[in-house]
Amino acid sequence: MIPAAFEYEAPATLMEALALLRRHRGAKLLAGGHSLLPMMKLRLAAPERLIDISRIKELAGIRESRGGGTIVIGALTPHGTLESSALLQEKCPLLAEAAAVIGDPQVRNRGTIGGSLAHADPAADLPAALLALDATLTAMGTSGARRQVPARRFFRGLLTTALRPTEVLTEITVPVLKRGTGSAYEKFANKASRFAVVGVAAVVALDRRGRCSQVAIGITGAGPKAVRAVRAEAALLGREPTAANIAAAAARASAAVGDALSDIHASSEFRLHLTEVLTRRALARAAARA
Amino acid sequence: MAAPAVGSRIKRREDPRLITGTGNYVEDVTPAGTLYMALARSPHAHARLRRVNVKDALQHPGVVAALTGPEVRQIVDSVPCVVDFPDLKKPKWPVLAVDRVRYVGEAVAAVVATDRAMAVDAASLVQTDYLPLTAVTDPERALRPRSTRVHAEFKDNQAWYSLTEAGDVDSAFREAHVVVKQRLVNQRLIPLAMETRGVVAQYHAASGLLTVWSTSQNPHQLKSQLAALLGLPENQVRVIAPDVGGGFGSKIDVYCEEILACIFALRLGRPVKWIEERRENFQGTIHGRDQVDYVEVAAQRDGVITGLKVKVIADVGAYWGFFSPAIATSTIGLATGCYAIPNFRGELYEVFTNKTPVDAYRGAGRPEAAYIIERAVDLVALELALDPAEVRRKNFIGGPFPYATAGGMSFDSGNYRAALDKALQSAGYQRRRSEQKRLRQRGRYQGIGLSSYIELCAIGPWEMGAVRVDAAGKVTVLTGTSPHGQGEETTFAQIVADQLQVAVEEVAVQHGDTAVVPAGIGTYGSRTTAVGGSAVLNACLLVKEKAFKIASHLLQVPEDRLTFAQGTFAVKDAPDRAVTLAKVAAQAYTGSVPGAEMGLEASAYFEAPNLVFPFGTHVAVVEVDPETGEVKLVRYVAVDDAGNIINPLTAEGQVHGGIAQGVGQALMEAAVYDESGQLVTGTLMDYAIPAAEDLPLFETAFTVTPTPRNPLGAKGIGEAGTIGATPAVVNAVMDALAPFGIRHIDMPLSPERVWRAIQESAKARPARRRGPSARRRGS
Ligand SMILES: Cc1cc2nc3c(=O)[nH]c(=O)nc-3n(C[C@H](O)[C@H](O)[C@H](O)COP(=O)(O)OP(=O)(O)OC[C@H]3O[C@@H](n4cnc5c(N)ncnc54)[C@H](O)[C@@H]3O)c2cc1C
Repeated sequence: MIPAAFEYEAPATLMEALALLRRHRGAKLLAGGHSLLPMMKLRLAAPERLIDISRIKELAGIRESRGGGTIVIGALTPHGTLESSALLQEKCPLLAEAAAVIGDPQVRNRGTIGGSLAHADPAADLPAALLALDATLTAMGTSGARRQVPARRFFRGLLTTALRPTEVLTEITVPVLKRGTGSAYEKFANKASRFAVVGVAAVVALDRRGRCSQVAIGITGAGPKAVRAVRAEAALLGREPTAANIAAAAARASAAVGDALSDIHASSEFRLHLTEVLTRRALARAAARA
Repeated sequence: MAAPAVGSRIKRREDPRLITGTGNYVEDVTPAGTLYMALARSPHAHARLRRVNVKDALQHPGVVAALTGPEVRQIVDSVPCVVDFPDLKKPKWPVLAVDRVRYVGEAVAAVVATDRAMAVDAASLVQTDYLPLTAVTDPERALRPRSTRVHAEFKDNQAWYSLTEAGDVDSAFREAHVVVKQRLVNQRLIPLAMETRGVVAQYHAASGLLTVWSTSQNPHQLKSQLAALLGLPENQVRVIAPDVGGGFGSKIDVYCEEILACIFALRLGRPVKWIEERRENFQGTIHGRDQVDYVEVAAQRDGVITGLKVKVIADVGAYWGFFSPAIATSTIGLATGCYAIPNFRGELYEVFTNKTPVDAYRGAGRPEAAYIIERAVDLVALELALDPAEVRRKNFIGGPFPYATAGGMSFDSGNYRAALDKALQSAGYQRRRSEQKRLRQRGRYQGIGLSSYIELCAIGPWEMGAVRVDAAGKVTVLTGTSPHGQGEETTFAQIVADQLQVAVEEVAVQHGDTAVVPAGIGTYGSRTTAVGGSAVLNACLLVKEKAFKIASHLLQVPEDRLTFAQGTFAVKDAPDRAVTLAKVAAQAYTGSVPGAEMGLEASAYFEAPNLVFPFGTHVAVVEVDPETGEVKLVRYVAVDDAGNIINPLTAEGQVHGGIAQGVGQALMEAAVYDESGQLVTGTLMDYAIPAAEDLPLFETAFTVTPTPRNPLGAKGIGEAGTIGATPAVVNAVMDALAPFGIRHIDMPLSPERVWRAIQESAKARPARRRGPSARRRGS
């Protein structure tokens, strides 16, 4: 499958990339190409120009912030690097766990966290994890000014985010999970694309009495955009994570989804049902790990 | 001499080049000055095509020429279908659509340009004016009296009808203790060869020779067809099928693209190349299966089946492909399976719809039959509360062979019970059944499914093989079969190595080039070894006959005093008087021998006297997650009987791939069309096929019941896995769901379908009782 003709540039620095973005209104950033190129090959997208940011070194890598407490991930970090990062596995395992079930090894070696978030496919895995982690996304505009957007305000709708066309997503900041906090990602994969039909990420912290002192649930795949299941979270907060309490909370998860998607792979009814089942499983596993 | 080559596990000799990326595929063939072809295709399932205008396309940079339907029709009338039956409605399949389009993806115009991207861009500039018409996509609706007609020249969409009857069906049903009925859907599938189709056509005006590289399974047939279509003598057309990356039947057909590439090449005097895009492959290459089947079984209380009625409604799509009309006839022919069912009625309706044409896809009519009868046997077992293995045992054909079936077949040889027993033993069937009970008590739903399938192969009429021993004693084999994954560069070398007493490495096997191999039929229908291998064997016998003559001359003794062993001709009782095959060969090319022509080579044809019928029993073990409907295949045991096995390693490879495809139909695959005739599953993002992570390690074994119908005693193993797997897996899932009172779910058994069935079943209580503390599964 052959895309329509386009111009191509591969800047070496972020500043060059921003300058090119400013100059060419019809341009699109190219990171791992694993969402954009398939769309171009199917001719669902036909950008006049691609600005390939994959060689910009300053956008790659995973590091702990100087004061500790957060981990900063460059937008160009491939899923495979998230998956195998010892730092993430130790301090923010949810992200490594979610990255590990994206597509297949080839996809994980090419696709990037920034590309996945900027593209905002309703079935992408990482948005659920980032929501549950209360991550912060940093974007840079053509003026060079940085802007921080909390994950909760980032996903706006089907394939739409808070990013402006002239902005580059530069990094993602996630918290280091404290002692007594557990997390889990449950994915029900579409067997064709291997994307999530529904994916649920959960973070549960327990206090000394064994009650939930923090509950965060991110849901992807079920609706047009990834969401937090606020009511389900509230239902479990302050309670012990017993099977019954978890089930009662999970029963409220689907309310957050809104208009569930429906397609040949899963009806909206089935998606909402899966949302409940996966929320229950994710909460139980996160609580067991806390 | 080492152990015989036949029967040993030799690694495929073709693999090093294929897995190191040094194979030579059609995509790798680009003669100097090549032009690229691209097609404009119909976005409508059914429409009047009022205008096709290529003016804009021709203006596009790099474009050299373009063709539309009316022009092409002057040159080539239609895409060929070689099957003819009495009363068969046979509409023309125009090379490029004229006046009307009948399925999404039908080609309406072709352009060639100096570069592939330019050709694709230009094709998108072809101007068309369509008047959309109602499409008919459901074969049962298409049979209704007032349905939209796919072909206006016929009074209805019923493309063909046949009735097969044996015994006294009505009495059998009247007298039956139980009658079991079920509607089954053998859903439409996409063949999806890893390599898409492609063609390069090159015409050399001075010599008048047209050379065509094609991803064909049957280059000799393609050569004859192209010659006839283009009005060229056959000896002026050469077809080369280089390395071909899978076909599964979809590369048997002569397609419009091959014809168009040749027309352009002849007209422009430049090579023309077309490589199919994956999306075109989904829409433009033939599809498989697509039947609605109604089955009724009459049985006694003890499980003995006395009668079978099968009604097959086969959706053939919009036109006939190369073999299309014949495909579903095998479903009727094998509907009684490997069971002695004396009373049978099989009705076949082949129906036109506004969908891509259906033709041979791995199994081609036989998987459908196996699915019908193997599901039916399980339903009988369920109805009578008998063990499905027992019901099979009670009904197996016990001989004598040849055995004439109610479906009109003559089974060559079989020992169905032995294969079943071996499979049950390997799977630990009895232990599995008690384990299943224990698990059910813990709220886990495991199912065990059997299928004792029968397969039909070794389609004739003949195949050609030639064997040449050169002056240095090295051997070259030519075969008219055309491998694209079957491995006969290895297996045919094994056959020859034993016959001529040489090492496998000394035998080179050539195929796929009509200028190298004088004649051939091709590779499909699991015919390669049984028919093609037998031809090669016969050629070896002729070569040996001649070698004996030469050896007798060299050793100065009559032939009947010679033995041939360990590569040497020796005089009986005087073993030190001997000559090697190499010496004999050297003599054959230096000095003449009285009574023998120069050279040491022979070619032979093997005419298949009748079909052969492999069989086997597959056992699938699945576990169903009742909360999500997800089916996990946890174990798979296959016992196949393909007669004598030339190379167990490559035979197992065929079984593995076959099972994967059969599992695909059972659990994942479906070509879904919407009401308007759009193919909804038109990319690999929507059409699910199994990947390694979906499959357990397959446990394979063979029983060996040679066929008397060819000198190798070999049957065929290419499609057996696919035929056996689909019903085994579906039966296993239904077995797992039996506690819910679920009797049948149509394929593919996707999580949602399974979940819904559980929801709807009145006996959903076991699931509820498990409560929310349900055991968790990994993500
Ligand atoms: C076969 C296959 C299976 C897949 N399976 C899964 C799956 O299971 N789960 C899943 O979550 N995903 C899956 N994906 C998608 C994959 O994760 C993609 O890599 C990801 O969605 C996009 O990342 P990318 O780096 O490839 O982005 P690209 O395709 O390069 O870009 C995507 C979009 O984001 C924009 N963009 C990229 N980087 C930036 C940036 N830094 N700032 C601003 N805009 C930017 C681009 O302009 C473009 O619009 C799959 C993809 C394929 C091909």
